[in-house]
Amino acid sequence: MSERDDEKQAAADTVKPGSGEVEAQSTTAAALEAGGQNIPAGPVGGRTQLEVVDVRRGMFGVHGTGDTSGFGGLVSTVAMPPATERPYGGWFDEVVDVLVELLEGEGIDPDAAIEKVVVDRGELTLFLAREHLRRVAQWLRDDQDLRFELCLGVSGVHFPNDAGRELHAVYHLLSLTHGRQLRLEVTAPDADPHVPTLVDIYPGNDWHERETWDLMGIVFDGHPSLARTAMPDDWVGHPQRKDYPLGGIPVEYKGATVPPPDTRRSYS
Amino acid sequence: MATNLHATGPALDSHTGPEFTAEGGDWASIAAEAERLGEERIVVNMGPVHPSTHGVLRLILDIEGETVNELRVGTGYLHTGIEKNMEYRTWTQGVTFCTRMDYVAPFFQEVPYCLAVEKLLGITDEVPERATLIRVLLMELNRIASHIVAIATAGNELGATTMMTIGFRAREEILRIFEHITGLRMNHAYIRPGGVAQDIPADTTEMVRRLLPNVRRDIGELQDLTMANPIYKLRHEGVGYISLAGALALGLTGPSVRAAGYPLDLRRTAPYCGYETYDFDVITETASDAFARVKVRWAECYESMKIIYQVLDRLDANPGPVMVADKKVAWPAQLSIGSDGQGNSLAHIREIMGTSMESLIHHFKLVTEGFRVPAGQVFQTIEHAKGIMGVHLVSDGGTRPYRAHFRDPSFSNLQSMSIMSEGGQLADVVVTLASLDPVLGGVDR
Repeated sequence: MSERDDEKQAAADTVKPGSGEVEAQSTTAAALEAGGQNIPAGPVGGRTQLEVVDVRRGMFGVHGTGDTSGFGGLVSTVAMPPATERPYGGWFDEVVDVLVELLEGEGIDPDAAIEKVVVDRGELTLFLAREHLRRVAQWLRDDQDLRFELCLGVSGVHFPNDAGRELHAVYHLLSLTHGRQLRLEVTAPDADPHVPTLVDIYPGNDWHERETWDLMGIVFDGHPSLARTAMPDDWVGHPQRKDYPLGGIPVEYKGATVPPPDTRRSYS
Repeated sequence: MATNLHATGPALDSHTGPEFTAEGGDWASIAAEAERLGEERIVVNMGPVHPSTHGVLRLILDIEGETVNELRVGTGYLHTGIEKNMEYRTWTQGVTFCTRMDYVAPFFQEVPYCLAVEKLLGITDEVPERATLIRVLLMELNRIASHIVAIATAGNELGATTMMTIGFRAREEILRIFEHITGLRMNHAYIRPGGVAQDIPADTTEMVRRLLPNVRRDIGELQDLTMANPIYKLRHEGVGYISLAGALALGLTGPSVRAAGYPLDLRRTAPYCGYETYDFDVITETASDAFARVKVRWAECYESMKIIYQVLDRLDANPGPVMVADKKVAWPAQLSIGSDGQGNSLAHIREIMGTSMESLIHHFKLVTEGFRVPAGQVFQTIEHAKGIMGVHLVSDGGTRPYRAHFRDPSFSNLQSMSIMSEGGQLADVVVTLASLDPVLGGVDR
């Protein structure tokens, strides 16, 4: 029996319908190759550690003993595209090279500042350590080889099960000079949801950071007036987070009742 | 859990000075009372109201006489949680939500959302040419409609009702085309991941060719009323100025930044939907005031018409399918008008109900469960009628968006409102706001 078959067998043994809590399986590329269409295309061969952000259990939204579907014990791992190895292709290498050079010039370890580089679906993502975000953004705006003049705002993403990296702030930059787009991503734990502001570098980020604070609860340190944009000033909680319920009430229509969307059958 | 954090205190925790509430025609008594108190500095709330089609916006003005010292914008009155709701619907159902954001330009939400889903699925190149042509046709028609509404309602806000009625007459022709193609005048949900919901009716290109001259006539009339009208020019020229550096720093995009002299148009600089194959000009002006923005919008209407005529010719020459061939993604795109309105074609119903159990299962699974999208994230930008629209989609490999975020151009553009208005006249605030053309459904989402 090959190693892969062993993994499959082990998974089959642990996962029985209705058997309650199941430990997350080991998550190497080889282990996940067997099943799971959630796995993005990564480097073939080798044992690349995948970016597991969540583990999904069951299906149809039913839990406990009431589950007669047989899918209750389903466990699938959610993994984001893994770090890309050089060469990244096109102008991506050039931008990363310039940044590495600038970081080294300042005496900063590039591997510490740029946690990883992901090239996925033709888009470049730089994962940055949050303490270096401002410095890198300043270079990206000002350096003549980079010149990302326009920041198209910040978008927050919440991964409640990505321990220590629950909150992601995602910035999209646009270079008008070179006609390029790239993405910066910084993470912060739920317990310390602080990310430095970029408002003095990209003033147009002002309201976007307010919105991300409002809906996702990321505190942008140094923002001149981090007030809510969408919710009332005295609102408690941040509605876009995954642990914030959608709400809604059952609606009666022609004698039947339509449940609120978050309590309906779910497939994922 | 960190949900109880407060970054800043509530905005209204303290206020000083007397407070007046005006509800209609009691201005004289309020002015008299203010004069008696001898307070020169007045803080006025404009709104939250629904002035015309812009939506509910609140402006907080600190004025001294007629001069605006400080202006702040209060948003959130139309926040409907669209992005949150999209996380609880399938990828295809998401279109139904995002079309309701900027309801004056619905196709500019539908198209980038679907382009983003297609990029996530990796099927961008498989979308049929005809579907892309239909998308371009609808977007350019929508650009004209949006620009007309911007200028027509601005006229209405200045008291020129005629401008609004002529403008809406022109828009009506475009909405008629939309209704003919999608069945609805607004909130279409017509663009779908992989293509469009159904092919355009056979007489559509003929209809657009027939109605477009009417739109051109109305635009001409409106141009006569605006471009050489001394009152209109007095109200618009030199009003709402912003420097190009200020505009780019504040993330101002669309007609406003082109009116400042920078040819930033993603249809040219980062083409999508085959825009690089169309012949059109990027319009710029240099004055960067409200009048220049109106001029840019008028000229862009004619450029859009140029694109529309090119699309119509290509549509006539390209009868191809309007949905990707991959049945795992493609919703049935052969709809027909039944006795009860719009529905699936009888041939399709006959197949799934009468001949093939597998087809029925597939149809049921696709519509209720939806398709799975490989994990990852994408960002898709397009040139919205109002500026750069960006769609950030994150998938966790499931049948629903893990996160959908829209960078609405109106939201970013409104940040320039303060710098354009402060130091100017109170009456110019209205002109300045209208020249930015914000639609609050998109701002608040």
